[in-house]
Amino acid sequence: MLDFDGIHEIWQTIARNKTRSLLTAFGVFWGIFLLVVLISTGNGFENGLMKQVEGVTPNTGFFFASQTSEPYKGYQKGRSWTMQMADLEAIREAFPCIKAISPEASVWSSEDKNVIYGSRGGSFTVKGVLPEYNEIEKSKIIKGRFINATDIATNRKVCLLGRKVYTTMFEKGENPIGKMVKVNGIYFQVVGVARSYTDNVNINGSIDESVILPFTTMQQVFALGDKIGFFAFVADDDTPISSIGDDMKQLIKQRHDISPTDNEAIQSFDLSEIFKAFKGLFFGIHILIWIVGLGTLMSGIIGVSNIMLVTVKERTREIGVRRAIGAKPKNIISQVLSESLLLTTLAGLVGLCIGVGIMAVVAMVTSNMPSDNMMFQDPNMSFKAAVAATIIVIISGLVAGVLPAWRAIQIKAIDAIREE
Amino acid sequence: MIRLEKINKTYFGAQPLHVLKGIDLHVEEGEMVSIMGASGSGKSTLLNILGILDNYDSGDYYLNGRLVKDLSENQAADMRNRTIGFIFQSFNLIPFKTAMENVALPLYYQNVSRKKRNQLAMEYLERFGLKEWADHYPNELSGGQKQRVSMARALVTQPKVILADEPTGALDSKTSAEVMQILRDVHQTGITMVIVTHERGIAIRTDKIIHLKDGVIEDIEINNPDAIDLNSEIK
Repeated sequence: MLDFDGIHEIWQTIARNKTRSLLTAFGVFWGIFLLVVLISTGNGFENGLMKQVEGVTPNTGFFFASQTSEPYKGYQKGRSWTMQMADLEAIREAFPCIKAISPEASVWSSEDKNVIYGSRGGSFTVKGVLPEYNEIEKSKIIKGRFINATDIATNRKVCLLGRKVYTTMFEKGENPIGKMVKVNGIYFQVVGVARSYTDNVNINGSIDESVILPFTTMQQVFALGDKIGFFAFVADDDTPISSIGDDMKQLIKQRHDISPTDNEAIQSFDLSEIFKAFKGLFFGIHILIWIVGLGTLMSGIIGVSNIMLVTVKERTREIGVRRAIGAKPKNIISQVLSESLLLTTLAGLVGLCIGVGIMAVVAMVTSNMPSDNMMFQDPNMSFKAAVAATIIVIISGLVAGVLPAWRAIQIKAIDAIREE
Repeated sequence: MIRLEKINKTYFGAQPLHVLKGIDLHVEEGEMVSIMGASGSGKSTLLNILGILDNYDSGDYYLNGRLVKDLSENQAADMRNRTIGFIFQSFNLIPFKTAMENVALPLYYQNVSRKKRNQLAMEYLERFGLKEWADHYPNELSGGQKQRVSMARALVTQPKVILADEPTGALDSKTSAEVMQILRDVHQTGITMVIVTHERGIAIRTDKIIHLKDGVIEDIEINNPDAIDLNSEIK
């Protein structure tokens, strides 16, 4: 049906009224263009937000030891307790799906400047963690290395500096590795410098402004004892935190003589819930975008249909003549449908291309604006969405042609050629 | 070629209008007849039925030996396309197509290849002396030229029958005479021709004049067109 002849025949009728064809096509063009821009912008905001939480593993849980709320095994309620390293080992053994688990302890100092190197000093958070912590709150190692297993095993007095700690304490370009830094009155050797991926999500203060110590070293030198008040863990992607959290709590409760029904003793926080909420929010935004975009597109389609109806009416005589000299109903239907299809498809594809092109320029401009807190990142449209939009345009082109085509075959040759 | 038996046609409007009241008509192959009658005599309706553009209520219509009754839209279209060539008073050329494209259009609906149909169209245009006008649009042509284009369009499918509805109605007398001469020439090639007209000057150039009045054939006048002076004024 759509050989060169057919296209030539259709093109001739479209081209004969250029202004009207253009105006008609503009409705569809605008609909698709807007859809592309909206989808890309929505994706841009989503990407921007996701950039903010880059380095944070969504499947992360946090447990805190809190006062008990039920008496159990002779203990009164309201008992304060803490977890121990052995608890973490037990969890690691009982839950192979846990990829990383690390306690985190922080110490503060009453002094104005708790971190000192030479004549410089500053006030920073001091955190103690296990090597696995880097898989929970990810940071980028700029220099040297993260805390390692040997540091933990031998209680080495080493430390990792956050980026801002490094820039405050050292001259620009000065190599900090191996230098001794005084932290809360005790000297530690610097093994690395790290920067956080994001300022917006952190545990007890940004890594940028922290001094990271081996957890065991910290327990020892600051006389904290084997007490863990807080730990974080990451499960593998196939195991939602919510599915193992209760079992983990029961295990810890059992080990510490806490009533199995006590819901207060272990407080927890599931990061995946937050991510789920974000995902839900963006899902809603995407649906809204499609509704608005498709609505605009639909008004464009209705415009095409409307104009095609007028065109058919105006062409009554022409269609009648065609019928008289041998056009079959299917010839007339395919003529009208093809006109509508060609017009919408062309307009739609132009809209798609221009939309994608403009968003590519926007993406280029925004990516050249260096800001870590950019809430708008890499606006684009997935290939799938583009294909979907194209298919929608083609189908709606056909739909737009149905009513005019039906009108056209109602025209009888005799009505058309009858002298007025 | 054309045989009508007791054709009746009524238009059902606010007041039913019995337009054709039992028409019996026989047109031999190769005949050139004209149908004359005052307006309202039913001559246009008769032509529409002959052209399979309209249905009739009762009776039988045989075209080229085939009964034309209860045809589907597709059958009717095909028969119009292959058997009948139409010539209209107002030419009915498609304004955004060139002369050649207009002539080639019936062949498009026969799925003739583009090259072949343009070649055929050119042949027919040449035959009517319009070769130089092939790429012109209808609004760039004179009335006589337009009618010649539409005659070329009617003939390009090599139909058995030419139906002409007031073919000279929109033309001046000199052009009318030219057009009639062409129609006669075409007729000489053996094509059956039915011309509807209300002008005596046209009718006397055909073999038979069928006088229609109030839906019945009043009289069939046998005529000898060769006897008249073909250069005489038509109107």
